[in-house]
Amino acid sequence: MKPLDVNATGDEHAPSGPAGTSDSETTGLPWLDTWHGVYAFVFGCFIVWVGLLIALTVIFS
Amino acid sequence: MSPLDFVVLIGTMVGIAVYGIWRTRGQRDLSTYLKGDPNVRWAAIGISVMATQASAITFISTPGQGYQDGLGFVQNYFGMPLALIIIAAIFLPMYRRLNVYTAYEFLGRRFDAKTRLLGAALFLVQRGLAAGITIYAPAIILSTMLGWRLDLTIVLSGLLVIIYTVAGGSEAVSLTQKYQLAIIFGGMATAFIVLLTKLPANLSLTDALTVAGGFKKLEAVDFSLDVRRRYTFWSGLLGGLFLSLSYFGTDQSQVQRYISGASLRESRLGLMFNAVLKIPMQFFILLLGVLVFVFYQFERPPVFFNGVAWKYAVEHGSGERLRSIEQQFAAVHAQKQQLIHTWLGAKHAGDRKTEAEARAQAMAVNERSEAVRAEAKTALVAADPGVKSNDSDYVFITFVLDHLPHGVIGLLVAAFFAAALSSKSAELSALGSTTTVDFYRHLLKREATDAHYVAASKWFTLLWGLVALAFALFANLVENLIQAVNIVGSVFYGVVLALFLVAFFLKRVSGTAVFWAALAAQTLVFVLYFSLNISYLWYNFIGCAACVLLSLLIQAALGPNAGSAQALPGS
Repeated sequence: MKPLDVNATGDEHAPSGPAGTSDSETTGLPWLDTWHGVYAFVFGCFIVWVGLLIALTVIFS
Repeated sequence: MSPLDFVVLIGTMVGIAVYGIWRTRGQRDLSTYLKGDPNVRWAAIGISVMATQASAITFISTPGQGYQDGLGFVQNYFGMPLALIIIAAIFLPMYRRLNVYTAYEFLGRRFDAKTRLLGAALFLVQRGLAAGITIYAPAIILSTMLGWRLDLTIVLSGLLVIIYTVAGGSEAVSLTQKYQLAIIFGGMATAFIVLLTKLPANLSLTDALTVAGGFKKLEAVDFSLDVRRRYTFWSGLLGGLFLSLSYFGTDQSQVQRYISGASLRESRLGLMFNAVLKIPMQFFILLLGVLVFVFYQFERPPVFFNGVAWKYAVEHGSGERLRSIEQQFAAVHAQKQQLIHTWLGAKHAGDRKTEAEARAQAMAVNERSEAVRAEAKTALVAADPGVKSNDSDYVFITFVLDHLPHGVIGLLVAAFFAAALSSKSAELSALGSTTTVDFYRHLLKREATDAHYVAASKWFTLLWGLVALAFALFANLVENLIQAVNIVGSVFYGVVLALFLVAFFLKRVSGTAVFWAALAAQTLVFVLYFSLNISYLWYNFIGCAACVLLSLLIQAALGPNAGSAQALPGS
C-alpha cells in the first residue's frame, strides 16, 4: 500500500484516482454513444415496462 | 427431500464456495481484497449488484406475495431505475474520482473525519443487525418445512459463507455470486416451466391469465392517491426512489459491488443492467406466484400453507375443529372449481352473459374460501399462540415440495440457499471493509502494509460473521424480528442518505454543520419514533428532510466560511 496522504482535515487518502474516472468516457455501445443517451434508453425501458404492466392490468381486469 | 435432492443441494453450495476460495487463494493486495478484481467488467458488476440485493426471502416470499396480493408489489420497484440513473451520473463518478474504498471515506474527504465516522457507524449498526436476518429468515422457513434442525441450518449455512468471504474477500464474493445467481435463475426458470406443465391440459396461458385477472391478481399498476393503499404507482415511484437512492448509493454492501469496475464505464453499465432488468425480474417472480394461485384453483390447496404448524395443532388438542374447517374449505373449493370451469367454457363458447355470471359467482365463492382460511388462522392461533398466522411465506416452498420432481426440489432449495449466501457474503465483506478502513486504519493504525490490512480485514469479517450467526441463533427471542430490523433500517437510513445528498448538492455546507444536523435529525427521529404512531417508512423521509434543512440552518448560523467544507477534485 502506498503511504497515506493527510489533508487539512486529517483524513488519509490514496494519492491518485483509478483509470477511467472521466465523465466524458465513451459508452462503447453501438447505438448509444453518449451517457445521456444511455440514461434516456434506460428511462425508455422503464416507461415501456410500466406501459406493458398497465396493458396487462387493463386487458385482464 | 430425496438423496438426489441432497446431492444437488450440497454439491452446488459447497462446489461454488470451494471454487471461490480456490480462485482467490494467495491474495495479498488490499485493493483487490476490499474492492474486488480491478479488471471486472460490467456484466459481472451488474450480476453482483443484483445478487446482493436479492436475498433468499426475495425468492421464497415474493411468489407468496404474488399468490396472496397479485402483481401490485412490482410497483415498489418503480423508483429504482431513476435512482440508479442518479447514482450512475452523480454518485459514482465522485466515488471513483476519489478512489475510495468505502462510501464513508467520501464523507471524510467532502466534510471531515467526524462526519465520516458518523456515517460509517450508522451503517455498521444498521447492517450489522440486518446481517443476522439474511441467515435467520430463510433458515426458519426451510428448516420448518424440511424438518431440519434450525440451529444446524443456521450454523452450517453461516459457516460456509463466512469461510469463503473471509478467505477471498470482495473478489470471492463477486466470483461466487455469478454462479449462485445462475443457480437461482436456473431454479426459478425450471419451477416456472414445470408449473406451466402442471396446469390442466386444456387450460391455455390466456385462460390462466383470465382466471388470475378475474380474481384481481393481475392489477399491476394502481394510480390511486389513497395513502392507505399499500402499493400504488406514486408510493412506488417516490418511496422506491428514496429507498433505492439510500440503499444503492450509500450502503457499503452495494457501493462495494460497483466501485471496483475496470473503468467508470463498466461500473455505470453494471448499474444500468440492474436499472433495466430489476422490474422484469420482480414481475416474473410475482407472476410465478400468480400462476401458483391459478394452479391451486384446479388442485385443492392446503387450508393453511405452513403444514407443519397445522399438523402440530391438529395433533395437540384442536383436531376436531381444524378438521371441520378443512372439510368446509374442501367443499367451498370444489364449488369454486366448478364455477371456474363454467366460466371458461362460456368464454370459449362466446357466451358473454354466462361467462360474466359464472365469474361473479366464482369471485363470491372465493371470498367465502378466504373467510374459511381466516377462520382457520384464528383457530390455529387459538390452539398455538406462538404460530405466525400469515402463511404467504410458505406458499411457494409448499408448492415446490408437493409438486416438483426430485432433483428439481434440490435445485430450488439450492437456489434459496444460494440467494441467502450471495447477499450475506456481500454484507459481511462490506462490514469487514468499513470496520478496517473507516475505523481501524483511520483511528488505530495509519501506516501499515497491505498484508497487515488484509489480515485485519479478514479478522473483522470473521468477527461480523460470528456476530451475525449468534444473532440468527438467538433471533427467535425477539418478537417480530423482520419488522424490528426494517424499523432499525428506516430509523437510520434517512439521516445517512441526507449526509450524502448534502455532500453532493449543497456544496457550501460544511462538515461541522452537517454533523450536528445529522445528530439532531437522528435524535428527532428517535423522539418521533417513541411518541408517534405512524408507518415506520415515513422515518426515512423525516430523517432525511430534517438533516438537510438543519444543516442549511446551522451553516447559515455559523456563517459562510465557518466549518470545514472541502473542495473535491472536479467538483
